[in-house]
Amino acid sequence: MTEIDWNNPRLKVRGLRKNFDQKVVLGGVDLEIYPGQIVALIGSSGSGKSTLLRCINLIEGISDGQIWLEGRDISVADIDQDEVRREIGLVFQSYNLFAHLSILDNITLALQHVQGKNQDEAETIAMQWLERIGLADKAESYPDKLSGGQQQRTAIVRAVALNPKVLLLDEVTSALDPELVGEVLELIRDLKATGTTIIMATHELSFARDVADWVVFLDKGVVAEEGEAAEFFANPKNERTREFLSRLKAL
Amino acid sequence: MTDNANFEPSAAELERRRIRAKAHRKSILISLASTVLFAVVAWFGLTSTPGWSRVQASFFDWNTAVTAWPLVLDGLWLNLRVLVFAVIGVLFFGLILALLRTLKNPVFFPLRIFARAYVDFFRGLPLIIVLYLVGFGIPGLRLPGIGRIPTELLGVVALILTYSAYVAEVFRAGIESIHPSQRLAARSLGLSYSQSMRLVVLPQAVRRVAPPLMNDFVSLQKDVGLISILGAVDAVRAAQIQVAMSANFTPYVVAGLLFVVLAIPTIRFADRITEKFAKREQAGNAL
Ligand SMILES: Nc1ncnc2c1ncn2[C@@H]1O[C@H](COP(=O)(O)OP(=O)(O)OP(=O)(O)O)[C@@H](O)[C@H]1O
Ligand SMILES: [Mg+2]
Repeated sequence: MTEIDWNNPRLKVRGLRKNFDQKVVLGGVDLEIYPGQIVALIGSSGSGKSTLLRCINLIEGISDGQIWLEGRDISVADIDQDEVRREIGLVFQSYNLFAHLSILDNITLALQHVQGKNQDEAETIAMQWLERIGLADKAESYPDKLSGGQQQRTAIVRAVALNPKVLLLDEVTSALDPELVGEVLELIRDLKATGTTIIMATHELSFARDVADWVVFLDKGVVAEEGEAAEFFANPKNERTREFLSRLKAL
Repeated sequence: MTDNANFEPSAAELERRRIRAKAHRKSILISLASTVLFAVVAWFGLTSTPGWSRVQASFFDWNTAVTAWPLVLDGLWLNLRVLVFAVIGVLFFGLILALLRTLKNPVFFPLRIFARAYVDFFRGLPLIIVLYLVGFGIPGLRLPGIGRIPTELLGVVALILTYSAYVAEVFRAGIESIHPSQRLAARSLGLSYSQSMRLVVLPQAVRRVAPPLMNDFVSLQKDVGLISILGAVDAVRAAQIQVAMSANFTPYVVAGLLFVVLAIPTIRFADRITEKFAKREQAGNAL
């Protein structure tokens, strides 16, 4: 792996706030991620993980703070949001695939209509990815003929095929049956090996400990604690972190 | 997996099957008998009314039917052409109205209000009044540079005005039924608003609303007969002329039957589509 340039984060967030009416959901979040890193975002339900990812993707407008992508401020008022979203992939918990398109067309859609590739190029790229996740024989199938795990892996490679600068994964395994979780996590591990930069909200703590470089614990809309994965899980410093970790372990 | 080839049903199962088969035979016999009984009663009830022979003579006269037939058929050809243009226009304007109503940006507020007012207005206004207003109002304006506007064109305009409102509501319901995360997924891949609409939301919405859409077109197909009130010589008008000439109502029956025959393929097609999409919906989205 190449040396990380600690002066140039891929993505930097400073003082990010988000209110819904009177309710403060994010109360000033700082975050950065460097090329090739995986950052795991953990925290209890309602702590603001999804909101943070949606703000970074500019799906949700922010109430204060700034976001930079490779040094460019993408939170300025006159930013071209569509252009930013081309560089930041986002995969949700569920309902990701387009139900009216085959698996292959799901992947080629944005390659063609966003990146302007022709059909042949787009299909070549899509087939490479499908082969890689072992779904080449399902290329012509429709999403409703695939298992949840197969659908979710397709959704992830659909985003990765566009070569995003950052890939945001929002609890991509939490809608899946337990026996399907593994194959999706395996894909994420595989993506890390190829240098994809990923921020993932997750409840899979052991996976986070395994693959994440950095763990951020979000509590009531602020970063309560963060650190290198191994250290974070071995020696949580914050009282809230300890509580959260032991509660999840008890489950 | 267990082998079903040399499966021997138990005595209890055989008994159940025997009773079910018996009940099935019985219900077929009952429905057959009641249908025949109903037809016989209806026939005798009708033919034994004091005026039946006069009604038969003035509504079901074979010779009048034969004379009227080619002229009414000619008129029906006009209905068909009007229908084709109306369908195209209705799909186009209905879609535009529906899209206007989904625009969220405050800049489009006036357009949104216009679309909404339009739909409310034309859904409430009887088609026949729209026909009168358009058919006699527009020529009354004596628009400069435009000569006499053909009545069938005015009819097409009136049908489009009314039916666009119905179809816009159907499209809008379809667009709103698509889960918001489909649009979000499209946007997060970098597709623009209009691309997400065109490539992701609309194709799914149209599939979903195909059955109600087909119903509206079945109604439209009948309502093209109303252009006759503007004087266009369509099937209804042709029948009317024949009625006046022969002093016999049979041409109306001929025209009516022709409309029914014309509608049946559309109705069957609508049923097929409904069935097909119902199946797909049931198969459902696993995730
Ligand atoms: N559009 C909205 N309007 C009002 N409140 C919202 C909206 N979206 C989210 N919230 C609130 O913001 C808070 C954070 O929600 P968010 O979905 O970001 O949490 P989360 O950490 O992703 O939770 P989970 O683990 O359950 O997914 C919640 O209390 C939620 O009710
Ligand atoms: Mg969430």
